[in-house]
Amino acid sequence: MSERYELRFSGAGGQGLITAGIILAEAASIIEGKNAVQSQSYGPEARGGASKSEVIIGDKPIDYPKATIVDACLAMTQEAADKYANGIKSGGILLLDSDFAPKAPEGDFKVYYLPIMRLAKTEIGREIVANVIALGAMIAMTGVVSRESGEKAVLAKVPEAFVDLNKKAYALGYEKAQELLA
Amino acid sequence: MAKKVALLQGNTACALGAVYAGCTFFGGYPITPSTEVAEVMSEELPKVGGKFIQMEDEIAAMASVIGASLTGAKALTATSGPGVSLKQELIGYACIAETPCVIINVMRGGPSTGMPTGPGQSDVMQARWGTHGDHAAIAVCPESCQEIFTETVRAFNLAEKYRMPVQVLFDEIVGHMRERIEFPEPGELEVIDRAAPTCAPEDYKPYDAKSDTDVPPLAAFGSEYRFHVTGLNKAADGFPTTKAELVDFEERRQIAKVECEAARADIESNEEYKCDDADVIILAYGSSARSARYAVNELREEGIKAGLFRPITLWPFPEKRVAELGKQAKAIVVPEMNLGQMIFEVERIVKSDCKLAGVNRVDGDPLTPGQIIDQVKEVL
Repeated sequence: MSERYELRFSGAGGQGLITAGIILAEAASIIEGKNAVQSQSYGPEARGGASKSEVIIGDKPIDYPKATIVDACLAMTQEAADKYANGIKSGGILLLDSDFAPKAPEGDFKVYYLPIMRLAKTEIGREIVANVIALGAMIAMTGVVSRESGEKAVLAKVPEAFVDLNKKAYALGYEKAQELLA
Repeated sequence: MAKKVALLQGNTACALGAVYAGCTFFGGYPITPSTEVAEVMSEELPKVGGKFIQMEDEIAAMASVIGASLTGAKALTATSGPGVSLKQELIGYACIAETPCVIINVMRGGPSTGMPTGPGQSDVMQARWGTHGDHAAIAVCPESCQEIFTETVRAFNLAEKYRMPVQVLFDEIVGHMRERIEFPEPGELEVIDRAAPTCAPEDYKPYDAKSDTDVPPLAAFGSEYRFHVTGLNKAADGFPTTKAELVDFEERRQIAKVECEAARADIESNEEYKCDDADVIILAYGSSARSARYAVNELREEGIKAGLFRPITLWPFPEKRVAELGKQAKAIVVPEMNLGQMIFEVERIVKSDCKLAGVNRVDGDPLTPGQIIDQVKEVL
């Protein structure tokens, strides 16, 4: 791993992207014993509005806690893509929701599309797990933590009754992203 | 046994640090970006037999904290800049009545409502001079979630030991970010309780100082020790006085108890990173110090001898060490998420011994390492 690996999860407030960031940071720092810092920025609204969550992962202690050059970015809405899909490094990764963020900003990075919200609705039957699908996809694309650590962190976060649902969502996101990369 | 670890937000770490220190009372009026401190205290205090009260406003919250402390409890409130503004009169009361308490200020911008969800460091002078009148101040400024835990514990210790309000300042970035925390075992960190009187109740005088830097023991209201508390200048027995020599002695002692050499050595805490041979010192605190450490590493790679001096105790300001660094370095650069506050304190100490430059940002985004690096190169 490089000294710092920077991920940004962005979308609309209420989509669970801050939670996705927290789960990834837990997978990295608590389960895998790396250094990780999760931070967020949001407006005064309770829901809606663009929100972002950043996770910096590294082998050494993380000084500056926010992103400098983003290795991988997720945008779940067009507003988030326009506002937050920037500062991505050359050769980096941008994952967009194909229905809600169809227009990628220009840049020297790889752009991938997944219908994340649609997958949540049609394949899992619950839109609420879109963030877990997205997390699975981001972990598959970046390899920043192992598939197993990611799953363990997801399941540690959800109530017993929702374990299967989230397990399915995580696997779906992970596998769909693998297909994209194949 | 392996230590308990968790990924925790700075605000949560603060609340858990308070509980570790033995805090049993929280009186507050929640405000972004400090709200989680109140939230977690409302969950944790009942578990340890403590009391959580959401008061009608920030002023009442501060009053409740002073009242609770006088009954012997370790008491906490948490707020942000606008809330500290409202608490100022009572912070002064806690200074003169020598009442231990801890005030958390999770800093956003300002003045007034400002940008509630954005970070700021513009309350550092408020922490020193916010309340009127001559008074000492103790304020600490952690930079990480782990340090928020330990500095909150230390803030309680200092409050109890020096019988006065202590402020813990950290900005929204550290308050809301999450990092891994290792929980100290009970007994691993020092926990200090205020000195209790040993005399007979009828002989007790709440301000009976034995020297001009002494901190007299504080009895608990409701115990067999009965005493008078007032915001007026008072004599050793706690009752108001206008006697010139008594007023003068009290005023000076309440500052000297914090600023005398022995107390400074006890209270001051700094981190020095690559300062030994540094040509340029970056003096930074809170989350800006994290950017500064990143900048120091980058600058060193380019062959520029930079170092970080990080006051963890902002007040009393580490005057002696900063004066030495001013003589050693060609320049001191002070990055702050305000338009220049601590830099004036640095200037007061180093005078014209070295060049001095600020790096300032108040747009809601953190200072970046790049901004600091640019200023260092400019000043050299």
